[in-house]
Amino acid sequence: MPQSTTLTVRSEALQKPSPPIHPLAVRITHWINAFAMIVMILSGWGIHNAYPTLPFAFPEWMTLGGSFPGALRWHFAAMWLLVINGGIYLAYGFLTDRFRRKLLPIWPRDVLRDALAAMSGKLDHEDFSTYNAVQHALYAGVIAAGVLAIITGLAIWKPVQLKEITSLFGDFDNARIMHFAAMCTIVLFLAVHVTMSLIVPKSLRAMIIGR
Amino acid sequence: MTPKKSPHPDTGPALKEAARRLDVSTRRLFLRNALGLGTLTLLAGREVVDGASAEQALSFMSDFNDRVQAWLFNPGKLAREYPESMITRPFPFNSFYLPNSPEKAPMVDPTTYRLNITGMVESKADWTLDQLYALPRTTQITRHICIEGWSAVGKFTGVRFSEFLARIGADKTAKYVTMRCDDNYVTSIDMATALHPQTQLTFFLDAQILPRRHGFPMKLRVPTKLGFKNPKHIGEIQIGNEYTGGYWETYGYNWFSGL
Repeated sequence: MPQSTTLTVRSEALQKPSPPIHPLAVRITHWINAFAMIVMILSGWGIHNAYPTLPFAFPEWMTLGGSFPGALRWHFAAMWLLVINGGIYLAYGFLTDRFRRKLLPIWPRDVLRDALAAMSGKLDHEDFSTYNAVQHALYAGVIAAGVLAIITGLAIWKPVQLKEITSLFGDFDNARIMHFAAMCTIVLFLAVHVTMSLIVPKSLRAMIIGR
Repeated sequence: MTPKKSPHPDTGPALKEAARRLDVSTRRLFLRNALGLGTLTLLAGREVVDGASAEQALSFMSDFNDRVQAWLFNPGKLAREYPESMITRPFPFNSFYLPNSPEKAPMVDPTTYRLNITGMVESKADWTLDQLYALPRTTQITRHICIEGWSAVGKFTGVRFSEFLARIGADKTAKYVTMRCDDNYVTSIDMATALHPQTQLTFFLDAQILPRRHGFPMKLRVPTKLGFKNPKHIGEIQIGNEYTGGYWETYGYNWFSGL
């Protein structure tokens, strides 16, 4: 009975939609992280201005909180969102083997080759389900920078109760500079990442609706 | 975050400024101002409502952080102590008043000075400076960490605060210890921190009588808390169960501010 066979094939096709480019868990944690990270960075700039590490202060309109105490309140509220969401993301990445599948291997030679190809506009960026070598390095790098930001943050938030963490970086002042350096790394990543997502809008769509 | 809304042409900026001023008040003041905020809300619509609810969420999180830090506080965990060679000289001056100048530090006459003791204690007798200097002394070389991000290592000598609290018969089940100062500064700490072995009523800095700029005749050295929880020129110590907050806390600094 050809008619019934056709129906069976159709229903199978309906039951097995192609998997999304980015799983739902990754999309949700990505956007929560984006919000939390931007709050942490902008309020962090407001905190930095009270005693600048660099010989300049961030313009007030670039900071969050309206004042130094306000910036502190935002920073110490959003940290919970960043850490909890980041923890879920890391657990998901390791438990589902996603990090190994998507981000490895990272060979400097491949990263250089793909970076040069990207800059000369020759890098194929059609298949979002697999990452090129530059993406491997950038995504793994920014995850490491995020982890460093949290660890150095704990080191300067609790230099007595968590003094073992603070001593990993020498002492309080050094840990504070490392916290700032982690922020700089994340901001540099964001500059590239946001630019690329605007140049290739389909990648932005994939991170929102999954395809 | 406050979503961008088109501001009201006439009242927008003025109300924004009014709301900003409300932002810096404490949660307690904030509740007191709730009626005023309601009026602002009627006038300005969503813009101020969003600002107020964000402020409430931030106050909620700051209270939550107080509880987390009290839970994290280990009474036996000691702040790192440093060798003499690492002492910061001169020890930096910083004040809550403006201009940030030691010229404005209060002048306390050592002969007429009295430390007042109030609240849940057995002995409310005043203390003279000679009586305080006669107390057993300990010395620590610890790092003072300012909420602004700078830090400095100092050598502090004085009486262990737990020892002093025992001598005045302080009720150790009370929640708060409040310090009122001769420059009108106020702050308060939790009893667990007050009893920490490194919390010290300090009379000497770097083996010299505590200079005027650093809080003569005494400061409370709390190496497990940020610098603004280390009040100078203390004139009254109060033990009680009622939350008393503090000067910077009314501007939004987190109350516990533990290190």
